[in-house]
Amino acid sequence: MKHVLSILVHNQPGVLVRVAGMFSRRGFNIHSLAVGTTYDLESSRITVVVCGDDGILEQVIKQLEKLIEVVAIQILPSESAVRRGMAMIKVNAGGDKRGEVLKLADVFRASVVDVSEHTVTFEITGDEDKINAFADVLAPYKIMELVRTGLVGLARGDNTIHQYERRNFHEQIVL
Amino acid sequence: MKLTGAEVMVQCLTEQGVDTVFGYPGGTILPFYDAMNNSSLRHILTVHEQGAAHAADGYARASGKVGVCIATSGPGATNLVTGLAAAFMDSIPVVAITGQVPTTMIGRDTFQEIDITGITMAITKHNFIVKDVTKLADTIRYAFRIAASGRSGPVLIDVPRDIQTSVVDFEPLAEFEKYSWAVGGEILSKIKTAVQAIQGAARPVIVVGGGAVAADAADEIRALAEKINAPVVSTLMGLGSFSGTHPLFLGLTGMHGCKVANQAVWEADVMIAVGSRFSDRLTGDRDKYVEDKTVIHIDIDPAEIDKNVAAHIGLTGDLKIIVDLLNGQLNDGQRSKWWMRIRECQQDEAVDGDEKQLSPSWVFSHIAEETFGKECIFVTDVGQHQMWAAQNLKIEKPRTWITSGGLGAMGFGLPAAMGAQFAKPDKRVIHFAGDGGFKMTGAELYTIAAHKLPVISVIINNHGLGMIRQLQHVFFDNNYTSCELPPNVDFTVFAAAFGVHAVAVNSAVEFVQAFKQALASNQPAVIVVNISREELVTPMAHPSGAINAFIDM
Ligand SMILES: Cc1ncc(C[n+]2csc(CCOP(=O)(O)OP(=O)(O)O)c2C)c(N)n1
Repeated sequence: MKHVLSILVHNQPGVLVRVAGMFSRRGFNIHSLAVGTTYDLESSRITVVVCGDDGILEQVIKQLEKLIEVVAIQILPSESAVRRGMAMIKVNAGGDKRGEVLKLADVFRASVVDVSEHTVTFEITGDEDKINAFADVLAPYKIMELVRTGLVGLARGDNTIHQYERRNFHEQIVL
Repeated sequence: MKLTGAEVMVQCLTEQGVDTVFGYPGGTILPFYDAMNNSSLRHILTVHEQGAAHAADGYARASGKVGVCIATSGPGATNLVTGLAAAFMDSIPVVAITGQVPTTMIGRDTFQEIDITGITMAITKHNFIVKDVTKLADTIRYAFRIAASGRSGPVLIDVPRDIQTSVVDFEPLAEFEKYSWAVGGEILSKIKTAVQAIQGAARPVIVVGGGAVAADAADEIRALAEKINAPVVSTLMGLGSFSGTHPLFLGLTGMHGCKVANQAVWEADVMIAVGSRFSDRLTGDRDKYVEDKTVIHIDIDPAEIDKNVAAHIGLTGDLKIIVDLLNGQLNDGQRSKWWMRIRECQQDEAVDGDEKQLSPSWVFSHIAEETFGKECIFVTDVGQHQMWAAQNLKIEKPRTWITSGGLGAMGFGLPAAMGAQFAKPDKRVIHFAGDGGFKMTGAELYTIAAHKLPVISVIINNHGLGMIRQLQHVFFDNNYTSCELPPNVDFTVFAAAFGVHAVAVNSAVEFVQAFKQALASNQPAVIVVNISREELVTPMAHPSGAINAFIDM
């Protein structure tokens, strides 16, 4: 089972290595990972998709909470969060095939970001299933390469990750 | 006040109440050594940085304070690694300070440049590299706080040489506020549930682990055990948190635990685990370990609850407070049927320890008798002797049993004993090692001799790597390889080279004499106890089986 976790961290050198290292050291499986700064220069937000049952999810969260730079952790379930990734897919679609792929892209609301004599490159945004489905329909036209970002996400409504921030977070737990 | 970074480091250590540090100098840490030389800090120069790290660890284990070790960049820093890993695995508060090449030279494979924060990321609770001198003081303060609070552990601070020489405005810290854990949240209702489970238990057992020592919870645990009249068993790390001579104490539990202790765990209907992380060496097969039992797991680290063993009731927080809260709500119990059953098992257990043959278990029992009531700290290395010590010594008080449990690092013993003796000059430190492990860090006898530390080193000499031989006996059909060493090392001559008094003994009578003498003198001493290669640690439960399924040897 896949779980999407959003992690707010202090922007310290090495923080990504520390977080990623915890996953690999303890044998947790990362399906995807996305990192970027937030509007606050002091913090970054890491979104991880982790595979495992509820017990593993609980351990992942508890082990993350022990990392000094981790400020808050939020689970982003599909029911109550918006989760998106982006992919670029380059297909071999010159000549008469081009019309067909462009039509397919329309259905998926993918946009064309590059065109050459033999190729078309699409950009598509959406949840995992949508990106997978688009890649599947393009497969017969020969995908030359594909690149995708990890998922990012936000909870719906008033809910934000900041409500999980706690003062003395680490002191209370294990610091 | 304008100070150099190096002076700030000295000030910050002093601020934290540090008086003794263990280390080894080198180019990139020299500014700090320069500043330290004019300070009240006592620097103990070890033979090897591994020795410095283990000594800081031993110092911390014996005193409960944060141990400090220092090394230069590159090889000095990498030599700390085993010591930090040992402290990490056993959750011991240590602060390591390493020199680093100047900030402008980082990343160019400069002479003795090693990414030590990268290397130690997985074996420290946290680490820092300081690249801005204005952040130096607060980083050191934060490091001590991280090391000592919650589930304690080692923290490394890497300080580039130019940071040590830059000048900065230093603000002394008025007072160091300590965070203390407050009861709150759902813990009170969970405690109620735990109380109900314990109250209803016919066959409760209390398992004490290293966390009980760290939390200084010995009094509370004794009160708990006496109140509910439950047998107490201890993990390797928990020894001393419950008196080894208390009538409720059944002994060591785990892979080499005594039979009655393991049997009591097996038959218990409610297990109260206090500060144990359910290591594989404790549980064997984890499913069987908790089958048909209600597990109450008390630990300061929330991540330990349900990590190795699923707890029915997990209580997270300061053990001292939680056990005290339990005690406040529990009624007295007798459980005489349970005790009849336990006494029955106790009688089945054969008593061994043959005096004439100088068997190792006799040696340890004799030491236990001779030191009873005396203020001693027992420190071991890793191997068979470690298990014989754990089984046969009667550890009375917390912080008087020091052993590398989680990492099981050979070479830990002697430097850790040295650190413990520095921390507790009024206690007598008795160190045990096998001949293999002693060879790894035995040169620290130099440091012990230089400071006239009255450490007694008992080398259990079976002319080989006893524990390896035992494993090859049990699991590899006596195909002995790389474990039987040529018997021609004369450890007494080795000790004499450092000016340490040493004797070798081959009989019980000789040992009695030698040990008496060593205790009576207030000098460092080495006693080499020559035993047979054939000696085995018994009982031995299968490492991945049920804890009461003992291997027939
Ligand atoms: C640094 C290190 N290397 C290897 C081991 C594996 N090991 C565990 S016990 C042991 C043998 C120890 O022999 P010795 O020190 O003579 O003690 P004995 O078992 O004979 O009491 C070895 C090699 C270890 N624990 N630590």
